[in-house]
Amino acid sequence: MEHIAIIGNGISGITAARHIRKRSNKKITVISSETDYFFSRTALMYVYMGHMKFKHTQPYEDWFWKKNDIALKKGFVEQIDTFQKTLVFSDGEHLSFDKLIIATGSKPNKFGWPGQDLKGVVSLYHKQDLDALETYAPNNSVCKRAVIVGGGLIGIELAEMFHSRHIPVTFLVREESYWNGILPRGESKMINTEIRKNGIDLRLASNLKQINSNADGSVKSIVISETAEEIECDVVGLTAGVSPNIGFLSNSNIETNRGILVDRNLQTNIKDIYAIGDCAEQRSAVEGRRPIEAVWYTGRIMGETVAQTICNKETLYTPGHWFNSAKFFDIEYQTYGWVNSEQHIKPNESHFHWMHPDQTKCLTMAFDKSTQLFLGINTFGIRMRHEIFNRWLDQKKTIDYVLEHLEIAHFDPEFYKTYYLEVLKKYNTETNKTLKLKKKSWSQIFTLKP
Amino acid sequence: MNNIRTLGLGLLLAVFALFMSLIFMGHYKLTSANFEEIITQNNITSNVFIKNLKSSSVDKDFSTPFFLAHSIADAVESANAYHKKNKEWGKVIWTKPHSLAYQIVKSSGTGIVVQNKLTLYLLSFGLAILAGLLFMLPAIPLKGPAGIKNNHIYQSSATNRGWIAWFVFAFLILFYLVLYFRPSYMINWIYIVDPISESLSGNPASQWFLYGFLYCVIMSMMAVRMYIKYRHNNYQVLRTTSVLFFQIVFAFLIPEILVRFEKPWYDFKNAFPLDYDFFFRWNLNELLENGGFGLFILVWGVLLTLVVVPVMVYFFGKRWYCSWVCGCGGLAETLGDPYRQLSSKSLFSWKVERWLVHGVLVFALVMTSLTLYGYFSETYKVFGIKVQTIQDIYGFLIGSIFAGVIGTGFYPIFGNRVWCRFGCPLAAYMGVIQRFKSRFRITTNGGQCISCGNCSTYCEQGIDVRAYAQKGENIVRASCVGCGVCSAVCPRGVLKLENGPEEGRIGSSAVLLGNEMNLMDQLNEK
Repeated sequence: MEHIAIIGNGISGITAARHIRKRSNKKITVISSETDYFFSRTALMYVYMGHMKFKHTQPYEDWFWKKNDIALKKGFVEQIDTFQKTLVFSDGEHLSFDKLIIATGSKPNKFGWPGQDLKGVVSLYHKQDLDALETYAPNNSVCKRAVIVGGGLIGIELAEMFHSRHIPVTFLVREESYWNGILPRGESKMINTEIRKNGIDLRLASNLKQINSNADGSVKSIVISETAEEIECDVVGLTAGVSPNIGFLSNSNIETNRGILVDRNLQTNIKDIYAIGDCAEQRSAVEGRRPIEAVWYTGRIMGETVAQTICNKETLYTPGHWFNSAKFFDIEYQTYGWVNSEQHIKPNESHFHWMHPDQTKCLTMAFDKSTQLFLGINTFGIRMRHEIFNRWLDQKKTIDYVLEHLEIAHFDPEFYKTYYLEVLKKYNTETNKTLKLKKKSWSQIFTLKP
Repeated sequence: MNNIRTLGLGLLLAVFALFMSLIFMGHYKLTSANFEEIITQNNITSNVFIKNLKSSSVDKDFSTPFFLAHSIADAVESANAYHKKNKEWGKVIWTKPHSLAYQIVKSSGTGIVVQNKLTLYLLSFGLAILAGLLFMLPAIPLKGPAGIKNNHIYQSSATNRGWIAWFVFAFLILFYLVLYFRPSYMINWIYIVDPISESLSGNPASQWFLYGFLYCVIMSMMAVRMYIKYRHNNYQVLRTTSVLFFQIVFAFLIPEILVRFEKPWYDFKNAFPLDYDFFFRWNLNELLENGGFGLFILVWGVLLTLVVVPVMVYFFGKRWYCSWVCGCGGLAETLGDPYRQLSSKSLFSWKVERWLVHGVLVFALVMTSLTLYGYFSETYKVFGIKVQTIQDIYGFLIGSIFAGVIGTGFYPIFGNRVWCRFGCPLAAYMGVIQRFKSRFRITTNGGQCISCGNCSTYCEQGIDVRAYAQKGENIVRASCVGCGVCSAVCPRGVLKLENGPEEGRIGSSAVLLGNEMNLMDQLNEK
């Protein structure tokens, strides 16, 4: 029986294992040095905040793996012998395979800051990071202040976490405005306000110079490059992005760049060895996407895809229209299609922006200046229906069409106030048009995709 | 703000201590005149009982209600044993010993509590309400802007099965045991709501009046908490207002006012088979003896179960009842909200749930069939079994122990919907309709789910919502009461409760939205 070994029990590896099991009776071994069972790392923050226990982050009960004949092995793979098709573990053990899927995910970036390995410097990626947080930042008497370095999605999550335990937070963001490499200006500013509203000491355009140490090797303070200001703190959170976790491949003949180089069928340069998820790098990126995508659902899609290929149904990685979501303190964010920030805006891309006066809800729609084609939408504080936007992007609708039909895509809970009339009014004023909101009907919402 | 909160909590504990100490206060004296009256009222002909009680209790002073209650209950039991032995069936006292004891004790109270009903009412209920508000209102500025704030739920002893939870558990269990089986122990609590009962129905309060009143007060207070916690969520705000309205108006005020006009006590929203004694002989007789109005209730009760309930479940799911109207649901969604995360999500629990809840439904239907058969064929025995015995077993096991003692007592341990999930026969009936013939579903938003598990954790019915959401499948489950909290706690906007066409209601897809690979191949392979 063919033996499929999977390194990594995150969303990519586990999705691959589940889908291979659905389609075959091959022998499957999933290897992890992090945890015994698959858990959702996106939920680590909720464990620290007390919304959940760690076991709640595990989507499958413990009996699931045995019942589905998926072997779980705890261990750290140190080397891959691609000629013998054998894995070598750090304890010297060997495991041979017929096909291998590498799904080792990412590791947090560290840019060689002085003091970056001191006691009390943490990140938020692995289960072990959660344990470290409980050690160094259990409450605001052990941790009198935390400094977070890096203004992305993980940074703001970490800020919310410390805040939940009443630990004062200083948040260093390199950019002039939070996440403005991704978000258009108005949205980025709104999130600045939201961060400050929650009592976070947000420092924009601020870089970390160094982390100072106490005599015992723990964090004493940090220094900001721009101002040379020293800030006393007990914990430093490094959240300046992630990069593929592929250190263990350095002396193998698997070809790597920043990540493990793969073709569109997710195979590496070595036959029968595949890489999926955060650690994979497309040799030529899928149109409109980055070669490395460290996103939950792309990992899942790669897992679904590679499972088909391994079960003798060669399949290419073909994610559909871009989408994503996040939550910034109390403001939910969803995006469908592409809305680029001012830094990356395309020559023909134009934006329509609406913001609620209370500055907790807004939306931005991107469209083509010449063809009026709808390109994408960002919504904050308003939930939208994925299926509908996927359909509109497929059908290449114009921005006018989308605006008139927004009610169909509404996904907020029942009885929520909607703002589409105000949105349309603003658009009409700006464009001298007289568009009218179309009434929603079930048949439009639930029409199955052709 | 924190100080106000602490003050509120301190005051609340002080009021609680006072309320508990009330139990031990007062004096009790059963006067001969009173005793004679009770004997005539209850048609007691047992000279053994009368003699026994006269020597032990009548005209004697008791400083707590317990001893008096026990000497009465003992006297009933020993008298009955004597008469049964001698086959003097006419002299046996059929009133349950502790019901009679309650009746007698209620008429015997003197002293501090009976003389200060209003003052004590204000000191207990009044101060408790004030204390509750002092504790809850500062949460608005303290807990930050509106939004999901489930911080520390699993770090608090009250909501994570710590010692506070076990204390509340023990207290609730004891409360229900006393309420159902030893009401005379809480006689002083009943005294202090006498004035309210008299102003509504014209009668002094019973333990059921006290329970109904407490129920409304606690629900109102905990509804304030809901309003604060979910002030950003209109679904939660409206739903909470609705259950509160139906509890106070339909379950509490209307029935009491009906009694004032000499009509039968009836809760118009309490549908059979949750209202399990609706077809009992005594109820049918009472309704039929009450002329046009009684008949109206009878017809409404039948229509409610056979027409209104299924039609509403078809259009809106069982949530219209469980989360918008029902009293049990109302308490679960207010007092029980802090405990919703404690329900078990395991597959094992789901299996237990299906056996138990449908078992209770079958039990209720069999009991009712036998009751009606007995009623129409004018017999007390069906297939050699006394109908009364079956009714007593149901009333004791399901009506009291399951719905009350376990259903509410276990809030802090097994979550707030133990009864609704495992025991309620009406929920089982509606669940079958919801699963197979309804427009209601929880829609999953394409590929947005990140499997974080907030939805499953906070599902009070123990549904593993995530298991569906991460597969892109809609949630169509018999047990879903549509509380909407999964949707509220989802950080990625994945879940929406909605009513839509039945076609494509489950909406499973072979590959999740977002992945464009060979979609048609996938479908054809299926």
